[in-house]
Amino acid sequence: MGRITLTNIDRAYGKVKILHDISLDVGDGEMLVLVGPSGCGKSTLLRLIAGLDRPTGGKIEIDGIDVTEVSAARRGLAMVFQSYALYPHMSVRQNLAFGLENIRMPKAEIDQRIAEASRMLEIAPYLDRRPGQLSGGQKQRVAIGRAVVRNPTAFLLDEPLSNLDAELRISTRAELAALHKRLATTMVYVTHDQVEAMTLADRIVVMRAGKIEQVGRPLDLYNAPANLFVAGFIGAPRMNLLPVKVRSASATQVDVDGPGGLSATVAVDGSALKPGDDATLGIRPHDIELSDGGKGAVEAHVTLAEALGPETVVHATIAGDNRLVAVLKHQGVETRGAPLSLVLPPERMHLFDSAGLRVASR
Amino acid sequence: MVGHPQRPVAKAPKDIVKVNIADRQPVREIGFATENYTEPFVHFDFMRYLRNSVFVTAMATLITLLTNSMAAFALSKYKFRGRDFTMLLIVGTLMVPLSVILVPLYSVVSAVGLLDSLWGVILPTVATPTGVFLLRQYMLTIPDELLDAARMDNASEWQIYWRIVLPLAAPALAVLAIFSVVWRWNDFLWPLVVLSRKELYTLQVGLNTYAGELNVQWHYILAMTVVTMIPVVLVFVFLQRYITSGIAGTGLK
Ligand SMILES: Nc1ncnc2c1ncn2[C@@H]1O[C@H](COP(=O)(O)OP(=O)(O)O)[C@@H](O)[C@H]1O
Ligand SMILES: [Mg+2]
Repeated sequence: MGRITLTNIDRAYGKVKILHDISLDVGDGEMLVLVGPSGCGKSTLLRLIAGLDRPTGGKIEIDGIDVTEVSAARRGLAMVFQSYALYPHMSVRQNLAFGLENIRMPKAEIDQRIAEASRMLEIAPYLDRRPGQLSGGQKQRVAIGRAVVRNPTAFLLDEPLSNLDAELRISTRAELAALHKRLATTMVYVTHDQVEAMTLADRIVVMRAGKIEQVGRPLDLYNAPANLFVAGFIGAPRMNLLPVKVRSASATQVDVDGPGGLSATVAVDGSALKPGDDATLGIRPHDIELSDGGKGAVEAHVTLAEALGPETVVHATIAGDNRLVAVLKHQGVETRGAPLSLVLPPERMHLFDSAGLRVASR
Repeated sequence: MVGHPQRPVAKAPKDIVKVNIADRQPVREIGFATENYTEPFVHFDFMRYLRNSVFVTAMATLITLLTNSMAAFALSKYKFRGRDFTMLLIVGTLMVPLSVILVPLYSVVSAVGLLDSLWGVILPTVATPTGVFLLRQYMLTIPDELLDAARMDNASEWQIYWRIVLPLAAPALAVLAIFSVVWRWNDFLWPLVVLSRKELYTLQVGLNTYAGELNVQWHYILAMTVVTMIPVVLVFVFLQRYITSGIAGTGLK
């Protein structure tokens, strides 16, 4: 079992509040990814769960038992640190054994667990080396191995891939996903990289400035971001956000006018909107299409075109200073400064009110 | 008026001693006086003094390393109110020389009954501000995540100190060990004050017995000084590499 429940967690350093009223429920066996920009308090939250730090308010439960005041050692969790934090003066084997020796596990069982973990993570060939003699990827495996041998109720991982190079990051990411499937243990995974979050998570928690912005499955967050921050954070390239004015609003649809002759009817519940209200229209770069000369096109000017082969990333401006990125499914011939007619499909649009909150569809 | 004293009139000697100038012998000779080295080993209690010196130096160094590293651990890895002030206070004691606190220190040692015992020489010297400062600066460079990892690994705070921090601070400990050996080996004033029984003398104090009130036996003092320097020289010869790299590593110059 590895169910973690946070209730109204606060953390302040002196007068500065780092975490505001965080409530969260991590299911048994779930891979929960905490994502958000640097400095938003992800590591702090993880350290609170680990027991390395105490909240200034709120309650932490593991499997229904209040552990808010319980020490890190007695929570039965294992943590993988961003810097790996391997003990430099011990061999890999000693690194793995250290936590087990501390709970006075019999030698035979320690050996067996190390053998098992090192086979699973393919670190057997360098069990007798020091961490200083390992490459980054190997250190990463040892750090994970040190957590695995403990057989914890849950894993806590703080940006475990951020020190690896791009290629290794992708392969290790896949291995982590496989490891999670195999162990079926709860994992709380912290990252600032939304691609990692999308690919690994059962559920994503988007955080900003010590607050939870949205919790949900990756595709739910992608398809229905709750506010402008989540809309801009999830998905790469970022969602395009254009300022619009409400022309008319009803319970089933909202008509908006935007820059560059943009005029659209979005099928959302606009009963809280009035004509003349400011709003923000969101559309993902991949949803934008090239106009075939029909009605409703938006006139844009190309500022940069990146031909990637299967697709072309076009950076453009509408009506002077509204930037737009479009990913077009063809090998581009667009050149800088050239005009371009683009279609923004209304069924792919997201509408946010003046407070930045999503206007839900019916 | 002052009278002139009568001068005695010198009489001619009765016998005349004649000495052949060719038979004269030199009073001084030049040569290797190895007996200056061997004599003290026979008459002077060199072996006993050496044993005392070695005991004092080894014990004081061990206790210095232990206590100073514990203080440094607390001052570098725990956050508590007044931490920086405490550090300042400790380093501040560097400005107070031994001669200033000699008398109060003597009263303390006498009050706890350590006068005339080797522990009375050892214990007052073990808390060195230099050592605490040097070790703390080094321990600050050990990442906190390592300690957190050990906490997750069920290590007690003592185990963190003993199994993580101490081994990682080994270069700084080596430097302090060398300093401590040299300091304690060469100590003279404090052992002289504390020790009055001859069989407890350390080498440096023992050597002093050659400097009497009326006569200084320079030949023995100088010979034995050479002998007492040997351990310190050896320490430097063999650990030179550690001293330079360790001092550079601790950021102390
Ligand atoms: N020990 C501390 N004392 C004061 N402020 C801290 C401390 N630890 C973290 N912070 C602050 O808390 C905020 C969140 O930090 P952190 O949780 O590390 O962010 P991240 O989401 O990048 O992991 C940062 O603004 C940081 O400056
Ligand atoms: Mg962080």
